[in-house]
Amino acid sequence: MSHATQDTAVRTGRIARTFIYLVLLLFALFYLLPFFVMLANSLKPLSEITGGNMMALPQDWTIAPWLSAWSTAQIGVEPTGLRPYFLNSILMVVPAVAISTVIGALNGYILTKWRFRGDTVIFGLMLFSCFIPFQIVLIPMARMLGLMGLAGSTPGLVLVHVVYGIGFGTLYFRNYYAAFPTELVRAAQIDGAGFFQIFWRIMLPVSGPIAVVNIIWQFTNIWNDFLFGASFADLDSMPMTVALNNLVNSSTGVKEYNVHFAGAILAALPTLLVYIVAGRYFVRGLMAGSVKG
Amino acid sequence: MGFLDIRNVTKSYGAVEVLHQVDISVQEGEFLVLVGPSGCGKSTLLNMIAGLEGITSGEIAINGRVVNAVHPSKRNIAMVFQSYALYPNMSVAQNMTFGLEMHGVPKPERDKALKDVAALLQIEPLLDRKPGQLSGGQRQRVAMGRALVRDPDVFLFDEPLSNLDAKLRVDMRTEIKKLHEKLKTTVVYVTHDQIEALTLSTRIAVMNGGYVQQLGTPQEVYDDPANVFVASFMGSPSMNLIPARLRLNGQAAVEIADGAGQPVALPLTGTPGGAQDGDALLFGLRPEALTDTEGADRHARNIVTFRNPVDVVEPAGSDTFVTTTLGGKDAISRMRADTRLTPGQTCDFAVNMDKAVLFDPRTEQRLRLT
Repeated sequence: MSHATQDTAVRTGRIARTFIYLVLLLFALFYLLPFFVMLANSLKPLSEITGGNMMALPQDWTIAPWLSAWSTAQIGVEPTGLRPYFLNSILMVVPAVAISTVIGALNGYILTKWRFRGDTVIFGLMLFSCFIPFQIVLIPMARMLGLMGLAGSTPGLVLVHVVYGIGFGTLYFRNYYAAFPTELVRAAQIDGAGFFQIFWRIMLPVSGPIAVVNIIWQFTNIWNDFLFGASFADLDSMPMTVALNNLVNSSTGVKEYNVHFAGAILAALPTLLVYIVAGRYFVRGLMAGSVKG
Repeated sequence: MGFLDIRNVTKSYGAVEVLHQVDISVQEGEFLVLVGPSGCGKSTLLNMIAGLEGITSGEIAINGRVVNAVHPSKRNIAMVFQSYALYPNMSVAQNMTFGLEMHGVPKPERDKALKDVAALLQIEPLLDRKPGQLSGGQRQRVAMGRALVRDPDVFLFDEPLSNLDAKLRVDMRTEIKKLHEKLKTTVVYVTHDQIEALTLSTRIAVMNGGYVQQLGTPQEVYDDPANVFVASFMGSPSMNLIPARLRLNGQAAVEIADGAGQPVALPLTGTPGGAQDGDALLFGLRPEALTDTEGADRHARNIVTFRNPVDVVEPAGSDTFVTTTLGGKDAISRMRADTRLTPGQTCDFAVNMDKAVLFDPRTEQRLRLT
């Protein structure tokens, strides 16, 4: 009797399971469809796109659109391709992520282990900065960059992104360090370690998971940012996102859709790479921060 | 002047004073235990000696130097924490030498100190492991090792055994005692466990409510408690405190009600000064001073016996604890293991009046016999 019920349980389970997988597969295909369109069309000559089916695989495979997007396509007025702007983005995103992560970690360390009067208020204010829309700060920020002589430069963009990144970085690291035993800090104090030695030798070595979360978060946000790039960058400090827009919106000549697709994939590659490399730490670190905080 | 002097030290958080006028002088090589219930201020006092908490008023001097304004790392102290506080990212060896490295001790000297202490604590095989790979007892040893390599003036222990299981706790207790007898360093040790306090210390400060209730050797604290709190906190099972009346016609005696409510007079070895006939008292009697007649202390000068019914019998292996009713309250008697008593039976109880202590029930202070 019990055997029979077990059997049916397995059978219904199998049917339900098949159904679940089928639905999941459908959704996966649905979500992958845009990427397929981009990839397929980036590998076709232009004539195949204008003359035929967007969904079809290329008949005449070519990597010419990729080469063009990378090094020869018309961006605004210069036929430079996306290459210099890719470099601009790297020069902007790496220091911005590094600086905002270090400052976030320092803030988290101070707010949990060197508590002072009014620290929760300060933390609350910093949190508030996570929710200020970008548009609000555009004009004051432009004025400030001008006063500091950083207008239209990569360091200027780095500064803007660092300022915006500190709020989230502080939130992540504070919640992570809140679960870190204070007795360790006291032991290190008695051992004679100073403020930065404790940070460097005791706290940072165990901050791996939350640092990865913060790095992925900041990297994606800063790399994908368009508004600040469009507002505060000059021609020679323009990030990838803005250059891509210029590539697609170039009014001269025919619209080279295959080159546009290749350029868009190029612009998305670094964030994709970061997710693939560090993605599993992302979920792990997020859980750690949220549950223990 | 002692080696570690705590002079009129108080601690306040805002308007709340949590530690009141503590005055303790510790000699070099002494093992002082601060014992008391949670929230009595013992850990606060320890943290003030360590320099992890500020001193509101008064001063603390170590080795003749007032350290009120001295940074924890410059006080030449080492501390063992309740959670061990081992650095999770460093190996055992790095954990133990971190303090020396921070104090700028050259590598060869660090290695020598590490080797000596590792040998002393028998933790050489663990030196390359991370704290996460150690058992509770091993972590405890490493935490002590980290304190020992510093060769400090004063060791501070903050409930170091409370995270261990019961068996290991007893072993480590013995080991700490052995270590102290070998090294003769000054120790201040915080615990809430009165057995740890009695076994380890050369002197005990019993604390409650931010006051030092009594400061003395284990013997003094146990046999000669200053007040009801000390009497009931120290000792397990705790001291019987029996409501009684003083009788001064003829020989001074305390009168308690037995199980049937009939008065029993127990003659005293002296008279409490200033007390009147008929005054209410708390009559304090350790369980081992209330025994069966065969188990009574043969050297006692003043043994009184009376009969009383047995309420509960609890065999505890080495002893049997018998509960009886005295003065309307449960009183526990420590009897020999092979006592064959059953509840409801009446038996002879022997009271060792040499060990009896009296308290004023209003002030809860000790009434001394003269």
